Amino acid sequence: MTTTAPPRTGKRTVRKDHPGAAPRTRRPGRLRRISLPYLLLLPALVLELLVHLIPMVIGIVVSFKELTQFYLRDWSNAPWSGLDNYSLTVDFDAPVGEALLSSFFTTCLFTFFSVGLCWLIGTAAAIFMQETFRGRGILRTIFLVPYALPVYAAVITWAFMFQRDNGLVNHVIHDQLGLTDSPPFWLIGDNAFITLLVVSVWKGWPFAFLIMMAGLQNIPREIYEAAALDGAGVWQQIRRITLPSLRPVNQVLILVLFLWTFNDFNTPFVLFGKSAPASADLISIHIYQSSFQTWNFGTGSAMSVLLLLFLLVVTGLYLLFTSRGRSATDA
Amino acid sequence: MAPPKSFLVSRLVFLTLLTGFVLLPVYVMISSSLKPLQDVSGKFQWIPSGLTIQPYFDIWKTVPLGDYFMNSLIVAGAATVFSVVIAIFAAYAVSRYSFRGKRLFTVTVLSTQMFPGILFLLPLFLIYVNIGNATGIALFGSRAGLILTYLTFSLPFSIWMLIGYFDSVPRDLDEAAKVDGCGPLGALFRVIVPAAIPGIVAVAVYAFMTAWGEVLFASVMTNDATRTLAVGLQGYSTQNDVYWNQVMAASLVVSLPVVGGFLLLQRYLVTGLTAGAVK
Repeated sequence: MTTTAPPRTGKRTVRKDHPGAAPRTRRPGRLRRISLPYLLLLPALVLELLVHLIPMVIGIVVSFKELTQFYLRDWSNAPWSGLDNYSLTVDFDAPVGEALLSSFFTTCLFTFFSVGLCWLIGTAAAIFMQETFRGRGILRTIFLVPYALPVYAAVITWAFMFQRDNGLVNHVIHDQLGLTDSPPFWLIGDNAFITLLVVSVWKGWPFAFLIMMAGLQNIPREIYEAAALDGAGVWQQIRRITLPSLRPVNQVLILVLFLWTFNDFNTPFVLFGKSAPASADLISIHIYQSSFQTWNFGTGSAMSVLLLLFLLVVTGLYLLFTSRGRSATDA
Repeated sequence: MAPPKSFLVSRLVFLTLLTGFVLLPVYVMISSSLKPLQDVSGKFQWIPSGLTIQPYFDIWKTVPLGDYFMNSLIVAGAATVFSVVIAIFAAYAVSRYSFRGKRLFTVTVLSTQMFPGILFLLPLFLIYVNIGNATGIALFGSRAGLILTYLTFSLPFSIWMLIGYFDSVPRDLDEAAKVDGCGPLGALFRVIVPAAIPGIVAVAVYAFMTAWGEVLFASVMTNDATRTLAVGLQGYSTQNDVYWNQVMAASLVVSLPVVGGFLLLQRYLVTGLTAGAVK
C-alpha cells in the first residue's frame, strides 16, 4: 500500500533538491487562508466561552433570582426576584449590606497598605541591587522564594508562626523581648489585620521587585555616567534618574498589584479558614461565605456583579488617568 | 566611582533585614519539620532540642498525602497541558495574522485575567450541578471538572505570555520557512515553536505553579477522592491537636517540585513575566 508513495518525511528534502517543483497539491484556498486565524483560535474561543463568558452570563442571571438551597438542584427554575438581591446587598442599614460595606472598606484599607508596602520594598530592593556586588545572584534567588512557594504551604507556615501559645512571633515579642503582658492573639480579633498584611506583603513584594529589576535594566547606563560627571551623587541619581524613569513601569505594576490584592482569596482563606475575623474579612472571603456557608447564591451573585463593576470602573479610571498623564508628559 | 558610605550602609542594613524577613518562614518550616511533636506543641524553640525525621514518614500515614499529591499532579498537569497547547494556536493567530475581532479577542483575554476567581466559582458550580442533573455526568467533585475550572486562570495568561514570546521570534524565520514550502502549521511547529521553546517551558512552569497552589476552586470543587494538596494539608489538624511538625514537613515536600522548577527556570520565567509590564 505505502510502497508506491514517497515517504512523508522525505517530502521536504525532495522539494529542496528541485526548487521549481510544484508545491503541495492541497494548496490552501482563499477561503481557507481567511478562516485560518479563526480555526487556530477556535479551541481557545470555545474554552473562553465555556469557562468565562457563559459563567459570567449565568452569574448575572442568577443575581436576579431567588436562589437559596431549596432551588439549588434546579436553579434555572428558581423564581425571579428582580432587584431584590441588589437592594438587600446595598441596604447598608440591614445586616447583609452593613457586613458587605464593612468588608469592602476592610479590603480597601488592606489593599492600600499591602500594595504600598509591596511597592516600597520591591522598589528599594531593586534599586539597591541595580549595581553588581558579591552575593547579588544568590540574594536574587532567595528573594524569589516567597513567589515560588505554593500559597498554602507558605501561608500555613505563617499561621503556625502566629499561633498564640506555640508560635515564633509571641515567643519573640512576649518571652524574649517582654513587650507584652500576656501573649496576644494574632489570628482572631483586631490583630488579624496586621497578620494578614504581613503575610500578604511577604508573598507579594517579590513580584514588584521582579518588575522593577526589569524596568531598571531599560535605563541606559550613559545617563548615570553623564550625571556622575556633572557631580550628582548616588542618592541624587536615584531621585533624579531612577525614580522618574520607573514611572511607566509603576503604572502597570500598581494596577496589577491592586487587582491581585483586592481579589486575593488564598491568603486569608489559609490563614483564617472559612470565616475570617471582622478586621480581616476580605471581599472574596465575604462573598464565598455569603454564598457557600448560607447557600444564598442570589445575594452572593449580586455581590460578585457589584465587585466586578467596581473593578471595571477603577481599572478604567486608572487607565484613563495614567494614559492621560503619560501623553501630557510626552507633549 | 565607588558609592558613598551612606549608600553602602543603607544597602547592607536593608538587604540583611529583608533576607531575614524572607527566610524566616523557610527556617521555621525546615526546623519545625524536624522536631518531635511535643516540641512544636510547646513554646517555640529557635534551636531544636532534638532532631527527628519521623514526621517525614508520618505525613503519608496521617492523611493520604500520596493520593492528594497524585490528584494535584493530574489536575495541575492536565490544566497546564491543555492551556499551553490551546494557547500555542491562539497566540500564533494573534501574533502572525490580522483578522477581524483580533482586538476584541485580546482585550477579552486580558480582562478575564483581572476578574476574581470567586466570580466564576458560583456559576461554574451551578453549571456542574445542572450537567450532573441532566446527564448524570458528575463534573462536580471530579478531576475533569476541576481541570476545567483551572483553565479560567491558566488559559488567559498562557495566551497572553505566549503572544509576547511569539512576537519576539523574528518574522523572517517563518517567512523563510514558508518559502521553503512549509504551510502555516508547518511554520508554527517547525520554526516558531522550536524558537520559542524556552518561553513555552516558562509558561508551562508558571501555569503548573499557579494550579499547584490554587485554593479556592479546590476547596469547593473536590470531594474525598479528588482532594488536592491545597485542601489536604488541612487534614493534619485534629479535634485536639495540630501535628505542626507534620504540617511543616508536608509543606516542604509539596513545595519542592514547584520551587525547584521555578528556581531552575527563573531566568526565562522572569523574562516572560516582566516583558508585558515593562514594554
